[in-house]
Amino acid sequence: MRDTTFTPGRILIYLAVWSLAAAWLVPLAVVMLNSVRTAEEIVQTSMIGWPEHWAWDNYRTAWADFCVAQTCAGIRPYMLNSALVSIPATIISTVFGAVAGYAVSLWRFPGDRWIYGVVTLGLFLPQQMRLLPWTIVLRDVGLINTLTGLVLIHSIQGLSFTTLFCRNYYIAIPRELIGAARIDGAGFFRIFRRIVLPLSPPILIVTVIWQFTHIWNEFLYGVTFTTGQQQPVTAALIALSAAVADVPQHGVQSAAVMIAALPTLLVYLLGGRYFVRGLTAGAVK
Amino acid sequence: MSALTVRDVTKQFGSAEVLTGINLDIASGEFTVLVGPSGCGKSTLLNIIAGLERQTTGTIEIGGRVVNDVPPKDRDIAMVFQSYALYPSMTVRQNITFGMECRNVPRAQRNEAVARVAKLLQIEAMLDRKPAQLSGGQRQRVAMGRALVRDPLLFLFDEPLSNLDAQLRTEMRMEIKQLHQRLGSTIVYVTHDQIEAMTLATRIAVMRQGVVLQFDDPETVYNRPANLFVARFMGAPPMNTLSARLEATSDGTVAVIGGGETVIRFPVPAAAASWIGRQVVLGIRPECIAEPTRYFGDAPGATVMIAALVEVIEPTGAETIVVLRIGDERALARVSPDLHYRLGETARFAADTRKINLFDPETGDRIA
Repeated sequence: MRDTTFTPGRILIYLAVWSLAAAWLVPLAVVMLNSVRTAEEIVQTSMIGWPEHWAWDNYRTAWADFCVAQTCAGIRPYMLNSALVSIPATIISTVFGAVAGYAVSLWRFPGDRWIYGVVTLGLFLPQQMRLLPWTIVLRDVGLINTLTGLVLIHSIQGLSFTTLFCRNYYIAIPRELIGAARIDGAGFFRIFRRIVLPLSPPILIVTVIWQFTHIWNEFLYGVTFTTGQQQPVTAALIALSAAVADVPQHGVQSAAVMIAALPTLLVYLLGGRYFVRGLTAGAVK
Repeated sequence: MSALTVRDVTKQFGSAEVLTGINLDIASGEFTVLVGPSGCGKSTLLNIIAGLERQTTGTIEIGGRVVNDVPPKDRDIAMVFQSYALYPSMTVRQNITFGMECRNVPRAQRNEAVARVAKLLQIEAMLDRKPAQLSGGQRQRVAMGRALVRDPLLFLFDEPLSNLDAQLRTEMRMEIKQLHQRLGSTIVYVTHDQIEAMTLATRIAVMRQGVVLQFDDPETVYNRPANLFVARFMGAPPMNTLSARLEATSDGTVAVIGGGETVIRFPVPAAAASWIGRQVVLGIRPECIAEPTRYFGDAPGATVMIAALVEVIEPTGAETIVVLRIGDERALARVSPDLHYRLGETARFAADTRKINLFDPETGDRIA
């Protein structure tokens, strides 16, 4: 039965929840509305307002025509860049994180705890601190200003999180299961493939959502290590908003922001159910 | 032939010593039960035999071969786990054949083996189900099937019945015993349940705090426990242990318990003569104290009549447990359910003195 009585305490809770939700949603609403308003309309009235004429054309312009740093191809190439970085880096970091998490949770070997500690330490290093080391590494391996360089960075940086996630999930798998499989004659990778992996979809979905969202939205590495045509969309959006024109192009810029946010939004909508569930439950039974 | 030899095995976790100098020699076809309270090291010992954990020092031999450095899969063993450890994403059939799959056994041979084991354990109907769709008893059978399909030198059972309800546990216990009798396999079985130990074992190793206190056949462990711990651990209700004083009489050595009108004098073996004049702990099983008409055999002096105060009466149906006051201590008697004692009366009981054990009150070791 749903409790529908409104006590003062309950009203207070609703009030708090709704104001928090509003605080989060208002910026999104403003961007959404501006994305279908013309630049002139925004300049002449206000940043906040209901569209007088629905300017759907903003989206076409943002996607394919708008000029970013002397190139007038919209944000399409940068979206492609982001996809070419996010998808491989998500897959690589998830696969290696799953294997590493499996190793440190279900096997005992000399230094296992130490290794796990060092890997997860990566979570607590501020991003700025890692910039210089990565600059040296990328320079030495010749991957400065390449998408491959960004894939390398995100794959390795992502390991801290993916290992932590998978380890905390796999730790709930009974050790006896591994013992039984070892007696049956299965080795490290066969046990992973035949026993652990089939139990993993919930945590792999969580890890993929997390990694994809973070890598797609990542900005600092993108803007530091790539320039011009190699930039991911987050970095390109900055260049776009700096574009000089007679009238500030807030409409087109908002449309570009909306397009750039779409992939992570879709991933969350498709897998969000698992995300919430996976974060709360260790659930292997 | 010796199927399993455990020689001087110790195990340390950090600074804690969980096994101290374990020695066991187990012949082929034996059903050995490792029994003891939780934390006594019995499961650790089993894992060491299986190769899932490594001993700190000492040697494990299986079938005459030292296996210290042999991985579990090459030790020619099969194991049944407490949680059954069935692979959740595989069907019953896949669970049973996984070991053969890992060893590249041809498909036709696998199917044949599954059919044989499924028939033996009557699990044919559930071969295509997943473990989650099975009841506790069925999972237990599948776990046994996974072990039986292997035909190894040595079967290891780690508390396989402890997750079942009482009735199912009794049933499965009988089935395991029948399987052993039929297949003649060598089994090492870990349990904390002394009844399982008594009913299943050909030999019992009673463990406490990482030490094997006694390794004998069930009858010896029950009737001649090596020390007070074994005496009290094996048997339900447990053995009565009363403080007594040994005295020399013209009829031989007697143990004197209590004083006054209800003083009890039990004849004890001559082997205890060196303890005359000293305090000992006298152990007598509850079934050795019964109603006065009970016949305990013809041996002279075997039956001694005693008088004791009745404090509590517990009818169980098959028999009645009577709590007696003897001196300052309590003792249990198992009497016929047809007799009706009254609370607070001083009644007469027959005691069977042939199975009396005497223990050193300091060390707890058996004297005679």
